Amino acid sequence: MKHLLECWRGSGLNPRRAVNAVVLAGLALMPVYAALTGDAFLMTLLTRVVILALAALSLNLIMGFGGMVSFGHAAYLGIGGYAVGILAKEGIGSGFVQWPVAIGASAVYALAVGALSLRTRGVYFIMITLAFAQMIYYVAIGLDRYGGDDGLTIYRRSQFGGFVDLDNKVLFYYLCLALLLAGIYLVWRLVNSRFGFVIRGARSNERRMRAIGFPTFRYKLVCFVIAGAMCGLAGALLANHTNFISPAMMHWTRSGDLMIMAVLGGMQAMFGPLIGAMTFLLLEEQLSRVTEYPNLVLGPLLLFVAIYVNGGIDGLLGGGRRG
Amino acid sequence: MVDPLLAIEALTKRFGGVVASDAISLALMPGELHAVIGPNGAGKSTMIGQLTGEIGSDHGRIRFGGRDITKLPVYRRSWLGLARSFQITSLFSDFTALDNVALAVQAHSGHSFRFWRAARGEAALREPARTALDRVGLADRADTRVAALSHGECRQLEIAMALATRPRLLLLDEPMAGMGPEDSARLVATLRALKGSLTILLIEHDMDAVFALADRVSVLVFGRIIASGDPAEIRADAAVRQAYLGDGEGWEHG
Repeated sequence: MKHLLECWRGSGLNPRRAVNAVVLAGLALMPVYAALTGDAFLMTLLTRVVILALAALSLNLIMGFGGMVSFGHAAYLGIGGYAVGILAKEGIGSGFVQWPVAIGASAVYALAVGALSLRTRGVYFIMITLAFAQMIYYVAIGLDRYGGDDGLTIYRRSQFGGFVDLDNKVLFYYLCLALLLAGIYLVWRLVNSRFGFVIRGARSNERRMRAIGFPTFRYKLVCFVIAGAMCGLAGALLANHTNFISPAMMHWTRSGDLMIMAVLGGMQAMFGPLIGAMTFLLLEEQLSRVTEYPNLVLGPLLLFVAIYVNGGIDGLLGGGRRG
Repeated sequence: MVDPLLAIEALTKRFGGVVASDAISLALMPGELHAVIGPNGAGKSTMIGQLTGEIGSDHGRIRFGGRDITKLPVYRRSWLGLARSFQITSLFSDFTALDNVALAVQAHSGHSFRFWRAARGEAALREPARTALDRVGLADRADTRVAALSHGECRQLEIAMALATRPRLLLLDEPMAGMGPEDSARLVATLRALKGSLTILLIEHDMDAVFALADRVSVLVFGRIIASGDPAEIRADAAVRQAYLGDGEGWEHG
């Protein structure tokens, strides 16, 4: 916890710290509120927020810090989810198997995609990551045994041999939150380490990085794999959360949603993906109550943030420098 | 006789029908400051690109420290001790001056698959970086972000980054570009202080600087070295005068 608090850096209270603190306190206390009011839906919604924040966090690692604009990030959610779903269907219910497989399969996929796509840049990189994600999407549709287009219901959540009971919604929520906070801490350590400086340097000026002696490709590839693995874990959580997997969870618009969350919250901000995911999903939820087309509002909002607000919501909060 | 540190033999590069480097041969002895001058479009940038590895060569060889580096990628040449500064300032703008130089130090202190410890807290990176900043007179600007540095300071920082890789050969691509007289004089003083301890290949338009610093000068015109010699010989060379120095515009501004 002491280290986690260092993510704030420096001392004193500024708007960013205040908002981050309120968000974290809110997330920590929400189950109490939900229990008092009996609002089960809020619990479900915020569990989703926390899981997708973990996915957006992993995207932010490569996109915000590494400048690798991956437009196929939802594929990892799908791979992580299908790892859980397929293993569950085949009778392997242990989370000690399912989750490592989800993480490992995502990492292997990231290694393959990264090894090819990271040789290109700009629009080509975006297109290749998208193409791979589409491929995986159609592979999932073709998996007749696992529901094909209709998806697959997961009848039993991952079993952890009595250590944690994921059917306990409060417990599951806190597990997701703990994993998200661990993820934020990990990313924070990572981007400030030697490795992180290479990644950030390559985003800023890759040509110069090579000139001073960095073989940038291998570092970017490792970063890409770390992000993929992290998002695979989010996929495993998501499958457990919804008790259901389907190709829709890796549709390209899902990848777009993750990008929106990262940009909205503020790239290169430690809590940006969380704030972005929360803003996006809560707004989407509220808007879908009043209109059938929440994207009519969300789209222009994103445009506004992208054009006028440097650094997303985090940028609006100003305050001390990030690093 | 001492072997040259850098020996370029018949280096050639064609872009379509244009011969950007036409059988360039050049040798740099250890410790010398060799200047290459030439009008715009003479092929100076292509030559630098070939030396650093950003541009492949069609023919010819580059030997560095007795080793053939013609086919090595950019970062490997850097590991061997070949450093460059960029004509157009090329820095990490969201980092501080010290971060920039520390990154150059880091590139030469083993692999960077170190994921946990804060790089800004590593004395092994920060101390040599401070020394390099000090050498170019930027010690008091260490914690300033690059975006807030003046043009002249950025040019100095360019050199500090190259120095931080502890190079044997420094390729300076028009380090005085866009500098006022005061900054230029400061940089000339910096380079003079480096002279002798390093081998330097200086590409430069500022003739005062070239003639003040260079041990030898080569003149590049249309991708070809038309003359090589000490500064006095180059001033006196008839072909050089005709091709380059006689052209008042090229002389002053390139």
